[in-house]
Amino acid sequence: MATIFGINLFALSGQLLVGLINGSFYALLSLGLAIIFGLLKIINFAQGAMYMLGAFFAWMALNYMGINYWWALILVPLAVGVLAILMERFLVRPIANEDHLYSLLLTFGIALVLQGLFTHIYGSSGLPYQIPAELKGGTKLPFMYLPNYRAWIIVSSLVVCFSTWWVIEKTKLGAYLRAGTENPQLMQGFGINVPLITTLTFGFGVALAAFAGVLAAPVYSVSPEMGSNILIVVFAIVVIGGMGSIGGAILTGLLMGVVEGLTKFFYPEASTTVIFLFMVIVLLVKPAGLFGKEA
Amino acid sequence: MKINKLYLLLILVALVAPSLVYPVFLMKLLCFALFACAFNLLLGFVGLLSFGHAVFLGTGGYITGYLMLNTGLTPELGVLAGTVGAGLLGAIYGKLAVKREGIYFAMVTLALAQLAFFFYLQAPFTGGEDGLQGVPRGELFGLIDLNDNFAMYYFVLAIFIFGFWMVHRTVHSPFGQILKAIRENEPRAVSLGYNVNDYKWVAFIISSALAGLAGSTKTLVFQLASLTDVHWHMSGEVVLMTLLGGMGTIFGPLVGAGVVISIQNMLSGGELGNYIHIIMGIIFIVCVLAFRSGIVGEFQKLVKKNFG
Repeated sequence: MATIFGINLFALSGQLLVGLINGSFYALLSLGLAIIFGLLKIINFAQGAMYMLGAFFAWMALNYMGINYWWALILVPLAVGVLAILMERFLVRPIANEDHLYSLLLTFGIALVLQGLFTHIYGSSGLPYQIPAELKGGTKLPFMYLPNYRAWIIVSSLVVCFSTWWVIEKTKLGAYLRAGTENPQLMQGFGINVPLITTLTFGFGVALAAFAGVLAAPVYSVSPEMGSNILIVVFAIVVIGGMGSIGGAILTGLLMGVVEGLTKFFYPEASTTVIFLFMVIVLLVKPAGLFGKEA
Repeated sequence: MKINKLYLLLILVALVAPSLVYPVFLMKLLCFALFACAFNLLLGFVGLLSFGHAVFLGTGGYITGYLMLNTGLTPELGVLAGTVGAGLLGAIYGKLAVKREGIYFAMVTLALAQLAFFFYLQAPFTGGEDGLQGVPRGELFGLIDLNDNFAMYYFVLAIFIFGFWMVHRTVHSPFGQILKAIRENEPRAVSLGYNVNDYKWVAFIISSALAGLAGSTKTLVFQLASLTDVHWHMSGEVVLMTLLGGMGTIFGPLVGAGVVISIQNMLSGGELGNYIHIIMGIIFIVCVLAFRSGIVGEFQKLVKKNFG
């Protein structure tokens, strides 16, 4: 067994892997939150419920309609994105100009309804979802065993996160988006349909959460509570990262997953709280967050 | 003068109520109404949405429960300890939270509360998932046996009136005026030379201590302190009570707590349990979209329009 300084490398890399996987989900969810917050100044409290919805839709698609994992990975985010667009159009937009606390409360209400609905229909015990056949098995590395599906989670979420970052920060479309948030009137004047862009972006931000939900379905059991549990951790991550930048959301998400994994290895008792402790330290030292811009 | 008569009438109703309605239900209502009043002090009068206020309810409950079970304290001292403990935690959490504003404040308070939730889940003295059960109610001042529901009710009522008076007093003091100024226009309050964060902090401490008072009392009433009271669902519930009743009004939290607790009592037990979440969620959505001033707020508007 490989050890360094008496540390079991096999176990350590195993926890690091778990950390990276959790970090991938954190990154996808906080990225979605950051995009929505950046454009609409809304904290979407329903983001966790949308992640849960993604996992459930994947499960329903497989069990009721025979739609396999790969199609679900494309269709579910689309479906949830469309739902989110309807939600933005009919529920969020009417209060867009009110105090932002109201949109937080509104989305909280939506989250409660969704969670209650799914608990009512499916119970709270959780449903299994098989790993797709193509991704079964794993690779034996010198220091660890890497299941293919776990590698796939990390790679695919990184690809999605960084292409989103690239589109927003480096392309013309992204420039419109950022300009639309900075100065909507001016952009309207240039003939850009800002409300349309806003709605689509909201849909996209939520679709990211649904994508994470489909990815998560085979590793965690699909349950109505999966969203609310992860959401609060993601909120802490958002405070740590500061929501100042899209890249910050991704990096902080991944980083916190790894921090959590390391804690689970060295001091398991603190693994559920370490992110919150991290948040306290960041608040003490740099209240605007690691990547925050505001003073 | 008019408002004093209203208070007298309410106290009269509260005094005779236990002969008409099941006292335990009334005590539950009073505990949650006090919790909501404490929460409303922050949200309604300073504009701070603390999304983790359940942590103070639960902390007060755990401290009182632990002391009553293990040290044989009299109930009034047990409740006092819970209140002070929650206030101290509020001092620490408040200091951290007031560094951020608006939505961030909500997220920070929520995350801090979750930190405490996991602590209580794992700490050896909280009974984990089971909570602290069989907490004795004890004898008030070593004289009055609180196991009698009527005696307990009047003790709870006295505590509630004290808490309500504290909120009322705070809001109508010069200190309260500054809090409202911060709510209305924070930059202006800053430019007038007020140290806004300190004012927010003190309001946070008062609010958390009163929430702890509510939690301590609740633990005595039900003889139980459990994780439910620290869970963030509870934080959501108190937001709902305040929003539904009317934030920023003195009586709103009372009415909101009454409605929410009544709905829960009607639906609790059996198959309908899951409907509670759905119904509460729908109330949230409807409140935010259609009547943001809440029941009391809308009523005041109506009175003003027709009689003002």
